[in-house]
Amino acid sequence: MTAAAQPPRIPSDDRLKWALREALFAGLISFGMFVLYVGLETTQNIRNQLVLNQRWGLLAILVAIAVVGRFLIVYFIGPWFAARKAAKAAKTEVPTQSLLRRNIGWIALLALLVFPMAMVWLVGPQKSLKWVDNYGVQILIYVMLAWGLNIVVGLAGLLDLGYVAFYAVGAYSYALLSLYFGLSFWTLLPLAGILAAFWGIILGFPVLRLRGDYLAVVTLAFGEIIRLVLINWTDVTQGTFGVSGVPKASIFGIWSFEVGADNNFAKAFGLRQSSAYYKIFLFYVILAMCAVTAVVTIRLRNMPIGRAWEALREDEIACRSLGINTVTTKLTAFSIGAMFGGFAGAFFAARQGFISPESFTFHESAIILAVVVLGGMGSLFGIAVAAIVMIGGTELLREMHFLKTIFGPDFTPELYRMLIFGLAMVIVMVLKPRGLVSVRNPTAFLHERKAVSSAFTKEGHG
Amino acid sequence: MTQHPEERRLSGDEVLRVEHMTMRFGGLIAINDLSFSAKRGEITALIGPNGAGKTTVFNCVTGFYKPTMGRILMRRSNGEEFNLERMSDFEINRDAKVSRTFQNIRLFTGLTVLENLLVAQHNALMKSSGFTVLGLLGWRPYKDAAKEAIEKARYWLEMINLVHRADDPAGDLPYGEQRRLEIARAMCTGPEFLCLDEPAAGLNPRESLELNTLLRSIREKHDVSLLLIEHDMSVVMQISDHVVVLEYGAKISDGTPKHVQNDPRVIAAYLGVEDDEVDEVLEEIEEVAEEVSHEHEAGQPTGDAR
Ligand SMILES: Nc1ncnc2c1ncn2[C@@H]1O[C@H](COP(=O)(O)OP(=O)(O)OP(=O)(O)O)[C@@H](O)[C@H]1O
Ligand SMILES: [Mg+2]
Repeated sequence: MTAAAQPPRIPSDDRLKWALREALFAGLISFGMFVLYVGLETTQNIRNQLVLNQRWGLLAILVAIAVVGRFLIVYFIGPWFAARKAAKAAKTEVPTQSLLRRNIGWIALLALLVFPMAMVWLVGPQKSLKWVDNYGVQILIYVMLAWGLNIVVGLAGLLDLGYVAFYAVGAYSYALLSLYFGLSFWTLLPLAGILAAFWGIILGFPVLRLRGDYLAVVTLAFGEIIRLVLINWTDVTQGTFGVSGVPKASIFGIWSFEVGADNNFAKAFGLRQSSAYYKIFLFYVILAMCAVTAVVTIRLRNMPIGRAWEALREDEIACRSLGINTVTTKLTAFSIGAMFGGFAGAFFAARQGFISPESFTFHESAIILAVVVLGGMGSLFGIAVAAIVMIGGTELLREMHFLKTIFGPDFTPELYRMLIFGLAMVIVMVLKPRGLVSVRNPTAFLHERKAVSSAFTKEGHG
Repeated sequence: MTQHPEERRLSGDEVLRVEHMTMRFGGLIAINDLSFSAKRGEITALIGPNGAGKTTVFNCVTGFYKPTMGRILMRRSNGEEFNLERMSDFEINRDAKVSRTFQNIRLFTGLTVLENLLVAQHNALMKSSGFTVLGLLGWRPYKDAAKEAIEKARYWLEMINLVHRADDPAGDLPYGEQRRLEIARAMCTGPEFLCLDEPAAGLNPRESLELNTLLRSIREKHDVSLLLIEHDMSVVMQISDHVVVLEYGAKISDGTPKHVQNDPRVIAAYLGVEDDEVDEVLEEIEEVAEEVSHEHEAGQPTGDAR
């Protein structure tokens, strides 16, 4: 705050004094804030009595972090950023993109294609499970969800806080229809998307008249309503118990991954039974689904409808003055976004084999939205990177057992997920307020394609 | 006075007729029983002091406000007629071919100049892309249509001298160029009737001259009738064929620029009367106006005195 306000050119002597003062203040503030929360802890002993633990050591550590951190920021990092900004402002010519950067999409795709094989080869089929499933599939699901939400939030500028509802519709559509009617994954995948899109339209009709905060609140409520319906409609959805035994996806009905089946994949190829094959298969399925999402989004963006979405984000009134029916335009964005959420939901159900309303809380919507915002609204590449960082990051936290040696044996790093989420969010928003990728690629050009700085784009109001 | 439906129709040379339009905002009467008409192929100027209700008239004509009372008729060159007060804003542009600009420019600042002009061709492109479905599959006719749309945009960029800025964000243009771009964008929707809200506001004299040329060529080459709000009297006098003067939401004068310029009520209302002299001047003018109207009554009755 004060670091930004301070002009970059100050004699270093003064700056040292100033930094020390800032650090002192930070220490005082953090001491005041933490003394009651961290310094004192109330617990119950065996006789259910309340005891007060004093944790001055931990408090000292936190205050020290605040003091040192503030000092570093003010004395080193602040001036460094100011200098960098000045240097950036000084050079105006657009850097020509290197070969690597131009083909980053293809390189990433190639890497993803060989990823499961490489993992099997490196750590063996059983150990590869973790990498392919916990990291690969998990991240790709979020990539797809975030790309779907990106159409609604990033392109059309409609703040949707209930996106997880469509994810739930897709998941339950697949789970219930496959259980009750025995339909296969490949027939139900499109159906789940269509049903989700249909719900998108049903919700959209009344809701899209609202704008801004009102839209956000109503979509939030819709997400909760769907979850409550899933909990309370016990006859069909089995409520909080969830739906278990959801059939697995098959390789287009030719080979199955169900253990007892005659056409079991491992049996057919004379391999040892392992769930690794199914996970690898799922990895390629979700990869293909992501690829479809990306291609469709990119194509739509270059079509009149996509341009209308972005125009809508920029200025709705101007859109209407140009004869654009904003209601149907919003509805298409909403329902196409919902459709991708539905696809992802069906995939999720097939992967988990078990779904319950637990998986579709607001928390989930918030994560997806965070990924979109962090990635830079509208940028597929930025969003994919954000998903890798955020989702992969939280998975990585589980691995960090060495943290136990620092913070004590009952330290569970996963529990600090949200803290780290928040921290990452704050850091990115401070450094890159428009997200990781903060330029917009124009959809058409006359002479040359020049990226549009996000200083000109708007976030939309509804 | 009752009229038969047939009599309500616009005559061939009328493009827009506003009849007894009233617009209230709560207790405020922004427009009071306003009637006027605009002729096809003409430039009609709507002038009046600040807060007279000019923008409100525009918003009613283009559907952004629903007038509290009255009718707005629009006749396209193919003879089709529309009741604009019953249509919603985007239909007025899409079907009745009325296009507009805004007093405080509303460009899509984060889209490039070219994209702004392409968004304006949305409806045509939607149709040729088979409502996106065929276009997604890479249908040939859509590709051609997309190319044509870019050519149309290029044409308008040439008209407004902005070809060199085509790929820059619209928000990056200087003010005068943004105004021109907004006009070009409105023209890309293929209008027959163009409403411009203070197009010369904030332009320097050279830009103002260029604007005059642009507006003339729009009218002549593209067969478009114009309605424009303007404060700059030199622009009004130079290019408009017909002037309507508003004050406090009511029409106080209507006629050729010459007629309006010499109308004492307009002079009092609009052309530089000091605040403290208003009452005096008004009295004087009323006297004059009465004399004038007596003369008129004594002489031959004129058809369009008011
Ligand atoms: N949406 C609205 N709600 C309430 N009052 C309004 C609204 N729009 C306009 N008005 C009022 O109507 C009157 C006419 O406003 P309008 O904007 O039409 O004037 P104008 O002639 O365009 O003025 P200017 O020359 O300043 O642009 C003003 O008193 C204004 O405050
Ligand atoms: Mg106005």
